[in-house]
Amino acid sequence: MGDLVPYLKELLSLPGLSGHEAPVMDVVRRAWAPLSDEQRVSRMGSLEALRKGRGDPEQDAGASRPRPSILLAAHMDAIGMMVTAVVDGWLSFTQIGGVDPRVLPGQPVLVHGREPLPGIVVQGPDFLAPEDVHGRPHPLERLWVDVGRTAEETARLVRPGDLISYDTQPAELSGELISGHTLDNRASVAAVTHCLEILSRRIHDADVWAVATVQEEVSFGGGYTSAFGIRPDLAIAIDVCQAQGPGTSEAHIPHLGRGAVVGKGPNIHPYIQRALVRVAEEMEIPFLSRGMAAHSGTDAYPMQVTAGGIPTGVISIPLRYMHTPVEVVSLKDIRRVGRLLAEFITRLDRAFVDNITWDDEP
Amino acid sequence: MTDTSLLKHAPQIGAEAIALLEQLSNASGVSGDEGAVRALVLEQVRPLADSARVDALGNVIAFKAGTQGDARPKVMLAAHMDEVGLMISADDGDGLFQFQVVGGIDARQLAGKAVLVGKARIPGVIGARAIHLTSPEERRNTIPLSTLRIDVGPGEAASRVEPGDRAAFATRFRHSGPSLMGKALDNRLGVATLIELLRAAPENIDLTCVFTTQEEIGLRGAGAAAYSVQPDFAIAVDSTPANDLPAWDGTENARYNTRLGYGPAIYSYDRGTISDPRLVRWLARTGEEYGIPFQMRQPGGGGTDAGAIHQQRAGVPSVSVSVPGRYPHTAILLARLEDWQNTVRLLWVALRAMPEGLLAEE
Repeated sequence: MGDLVPYLKELLSLPGLSGHEAPVMDVVRRAWAPLSDEQRVSRMGSLEALRKGRGDPEQDAGASRPRPSILLAAHMDAIGMMVTAVVDGWLSFTQIGGVDPRVLPGQPVLVHGREPLPGIVVQGPDFLAPEDVHGRPHPLERLWVDVGRTAEETARLVRPGDLISYDTQPAELSGELISGHTLDNRASVAAVTHCLEILSRRIHDADVWAVATVQEEVSFGGGYTSAFGIRPDLAIAIDVCQAQGPGTSEAHIPHLGRGAVVGKGPNIHPYIQRALVRVAEEMEIPFLSRGMAAHSGTDAYPMQVTAGGIPTGVISIPLRYMHTPVEVVSLKDIRRVGRLLAEFITRLDRAFVDNITWDDEP
Repeated sequence: MTDTSLLKHAPQIGAEAIALLEQLSNASGVSGDEGAVRALVLEQVRPLADSARVDALGNVIAFKAGTQGDARPKVMLAAHMDEVGLMISADDGDGLFQFQVVGGIDARQLAGKAVLVGKARIPGVIGARAIHLTSPEERRNTIPLSTLRIDVGPGEAASRVEPGDRAAFATRFRHSGPSLMGKALDNRLGVATLIELLRAAPENIDLTCVFTTQEEIGLRGAGAAAYSVQPDFAIAVDSTPANDLPAWDGTENARYNTRLGYGPAIYSYDRGTISDPRLVRWLARTGEEYGIPFQMRQPGGGGTDAGAIHQQRAGVPSVSVSVPGRYPHTAILLARLEDWQNTVRLLWVALRAMPEGLLAEE
């Protein structure tokens, strides 16, 4: 996938905050359209692209049973902020998704008002604050965004409810790393794109539904609704997970650049997990196993309990500095996740789906 | 009655001057490593000045003689080229580097920023532990500098980074509405002002424009330059904080230092200098007579190159004039184009219409 970097940089340069994913969806649709047979937008706003498997049961007498179907869910929404008040030209704001206020002062942002307004998140001087916060981080509700316009112009162009997105430029770091503000979870969108590209050169039985879901960071709304609408035989959530880095050295946290992370835990059907590991081993795709003890924090959480229940798996891309404007992932890991998905799907047939069972079933 | 037609001849800040400011702002010039800025300055001033040289401290000293009369006053304008930034202090391996702060940067301004390391401008990021892994208690405290790292990635670029290398914020310059935003507008605004004044050098004075080094770490360059230049008087042209934000408790903020949009700030007194009152009166009178907006900087802390210049040899009458800027010493400073324009205008008109006997005994 030679053009992964420019595509990813384009994804990382776009807003698309939870509930307002349209700007990024257009770019995903452009990438997925030539790789799929149909595309549609769910009522919730998720992009759903179908790449059909081999054989049509309605026309092909030999294929009497429906093709297996798999849903790949990568959420395309991003964390950010939203204007709560316009006070004499200063914008106060709240967060959409989890934002540590300590990374905000001095950040370039884009305020999506009546026109896009470049701005800065600012922390006022301590002398304007009570003494107990002097020298300390000011809380989110006491930070401002300054768009550099006059008070009158700001009042005309901005109102409560307007979105504020990070505006840091993506950067390629040494050693095939990339940095940017929405790698959570645009890195996974790129991995699914990579998977579709590989599949376009393969023969596969399964219908593949690539879904760029919405509102994962807030409510998992896209995961619930697309899983219901598509009702696949199985589903895999592709998301990012914490990676080792400065200040983050707990032994259970995976390293960057050492492979796809295959999740194991209650949100994950053990049959799917074992199959993913088997394929990674067989194809010598570097991978790491990781326990996800309760809530996986991915779209597997909603998809698993959709309708009568859907067997799910989780594949993650390790990421440093999550929810900051300088998230970092390894391009190698993105490619490995795409390849692991493609190899898994290439092997997916009706028999696999029929055999999805719990260990203790007879 | 003053003939204000002189105003028509004052330099106008147009698209070219703004483009030059953009280049200057985006260049890295952390104190003691001003080379990239110096190269831009030399390129600009060599065609404009009678002579331009670089002294032992790295100051650029550009001289242009006037053409009117034969007892022309010898005026020195000084603007510092350096900016606050970071210095690599240790190599932790895997592309992670410890760093120190050069100049006055609040540790609360560092996390989550993109930086450029060394003369090769190697991209790096200063990450932060993900919000998911921190406790509310932890988030009430500033992330200590000792735990932050510059991450350039584990590839070959890391071998080109070594202790002593400087790093600057990677913020890109923007012109938005009436405002200018950039990382090093303190003091590339002053540098650009001097270049515009040299371009339109008043014929009635012998003008020396000095682009100084190491201002941010103790006014190191300016003193030596003033020693060699031996001017009749000097003006330091700098950027000064506009702390004109609202107070938390809604009371009036009477300690704003300067306010954006109120014109150039004339200094009467700061931590380093009691401005020569004759020069203060002259500048203020010029503003009043020619209808050029200006403001008096609130007396208090802070300082400019005037602090070093005024004590050279037997003394150099000195004053400072600054472009007000919000959020100095962070990744982005925000200034008003109009304030910059009025700074250039005030200085040029004052010099061009300088009264005889300005420094006569009172």
